[in-house]
Amino acid sequence: MIEVRNLTKAFRDGEVETRVLKGINLKASNGEFIAIIGRSGAGKSTLMYQMSLLDEPTSGEVLIDDQPASKLSASKKTYFRLIQFGYVFQDYALIPELTALENVLLPLLMQNIPLRTARQQARESLARVGLGDHLNQLPSQLSGGEQQRVSISRAVAHRPKVLFADEPTANLDNQSSQLVMDTFLELHRSGQTIIMVTHEEIYARLAEKIIHLDDGQIVAI
Amino acid sequence: MFSGLNWRVGFFLAWRQLWRMSLWTNGLIIFVMILTFLNLVVISGVLVGLIEGAVQAVRTEYTSDVIVSTLKDKDYIDNSQNLINLIRTWPQVSRITARYRAGAILEANYKTRRDKDTPNTAAAQMIGIDPIAENEVTGLASHIVEGHYLAPGDYDKVIIGHFLLKQYLPIESPGFTTLENVGIGSKIRIQIGDVQREVEIKGILKSKVDEVSRSIYMLDSQFRSLIGRNDGNVDEVAIKLNDGVDPLAIKDLLFERGMNNYAKIQTYVDAQPKFLQDIKATFALLGNVISSIGLVVASITIFIVIFINALTRRKFIGILKGIGLTREAIELSYIFQSFFYALVGSAVGLLILYLILVPTIAAHPINFPFSDGILVAPVKETIFRIGLLVLATIVAGYIPARMIVRQNTLDSILGRK
Repeated sequence: MIEVRNLTKAFRDGEVETRVLKGINLKASNGEFIAIIGRSGAGKSTLMYQMSLLDEPTSGEVLIDDQPASKLSASKKTYFRLIQFGYVFQDYALIPELTALENVLLPLLMQNIPLRTARQQARESLARVGLGDHLNQLPSQLSGGEQQRVSISRAVAHRPKVLFADEPTANLDNQSSQLVMDTFLELHRSGQTIIMVTHEEIYARLAEKIIHLDDGQIVAI
Repeated sequence: MFSGLNWRVGFFLAWRQLWRMSLWTNGLIIFVMILTFLNLVVISGVLVGLIEGAVQAVRTEYTSDVIVSTLKDKDYIDNSQNLINLIRTWPQVSRITARYRAGAILEANYKTRRDKDTPNTAAAQMIGIDPIAENEVTGLASHIVEGHYLAPGDYDKVIIGHFLLKQYLPIESPGFTTLENVGIGSKIRIQIGDVQREVEIKGILKSKVDEVSRSIYMLDSQFRSLIGRNDGNVDEVAIKLNDGVDPLAIKDLLFERGMNNYAKIQTYVDAQPKFLQDIKATFALLGNVISSIGLVVASITIFIVIFINALTRRKFIGILKGIGLTREAIELSYIFQSFFYALVGSAVGLLILYLILVPTIAAHPINFPFSDGILVAPVKETIFRIGLLVLATIVAGYIPARMIVRQNTLDSILGRK
């Protein structure tokens, strides 16, 4: 379970301080599918970065299974991101020199899973998102939708506790977006916790909980 | 940093990045490494080889492997014949040549010169030899550039070093004179002490070894009569050993037999003039300085290449960190890449060095004015230099990778400064 308590985040540019998050309180239970929605600049992605330990809040606390993130060392946070979390980014964030299979394989290797097992796990994960026959293709040889599905496959191959998705459909056409969302729904049905940032209400409505963010504050749940 | 897991993931990443990088980029970096390797080894190798060529020339053309010469306070080697007979019985010895030696004044225009004319003279070392034995040890005949080599019956004939003739060494110096208008068939007068003899030039020798190019040779039998020595004692014995025999072992053997009481016994290394050893050391130092500069330049090149590579991949480095790869694994991937470039560059450099450069330069030495330069590249030193190159490259690759990898993960992913 992830809990956010009185979270604030401010960015300083010289003398000017911009407060992006202004005292957020939020709970994400295991197995939940949460969509964070809001207009551009509302602080959706910033909130997700704090929750997923990619960034550190200015004040407040993020608790992961009741454990305060501020008490975790950098290496422990890296370990958390590797084992407990999975990430899907807006621009897919695949490593261009690695094939689809290798992109999925890499975090599994980092978890010290033997190569043969990791390879098998990666294959299965790619097959689950319908890319079983694109294993050896480089990202540049895949369409946007396929790349995003490789990204999802990479994020869930190790069966993380929480899957974080930052605008996963923003760069995709409707058909590809629908495929990605179908994949999320299927994952959710199998018990995967998903926290998704989006600005598209149509996809947010597929989640079981929608958090409306405006000007760094939650305005509706 | 050195956990097996980091190495495994680092290698996985490095290998795939190298494999899928543009062939031109990889080729260019490896080419820089090859040039750096060759710069490291060849520059100092040629500088040292320049002197080594001179040392080897002195060995093959004058001292041979071991040289026995007159003690400082003696005019010749006492009991020379006993010494020569003893040496001849040793199976390690291939050939020997005994020489007589004396300072001489050579004069060319003594027949035509008037009282007021400047004498056409030159000072030289006169050497009496058995031409066959001398040629077997030093290959003297192969240095004849004009005329012919001495034959056993050549009385009143000499062969002369080219530095004693003005047409080969056109310099004017009060301390050093050469003979003018002297060539094959010319008669010159030799004066050793009070004895004078008219001889004919039969051949001209050209060599980069001063001991040869500043000397004049005649038959030993005639030389003995010229200096009035009939006891068979000689001034020098050059000993050529069979292949693989250590000259030092023969020197020790001569010492064991007490021959050092009668003569100065030196290996070809001992006989090297000190200035030659000093120049060799100086050139080696100079070579190392130039090589070090090359090493720094190569390190900077690798630094820039890896830095640009890491900088353009900053976003992906951020993503790798974001999805849970350790910084150490990412840094190791860059270290592996640097190591690969250094290793491949050195390996190709090694092949070029030992399969092309060393044999080619050995077969066709570089024609320096005072030596036939060879390329000196001892395997041990070469391996040491490869070690240096690899180390410098790894450091040059690690530093920029570390600089980029240590940046804030989210800033890297989002491309923020």
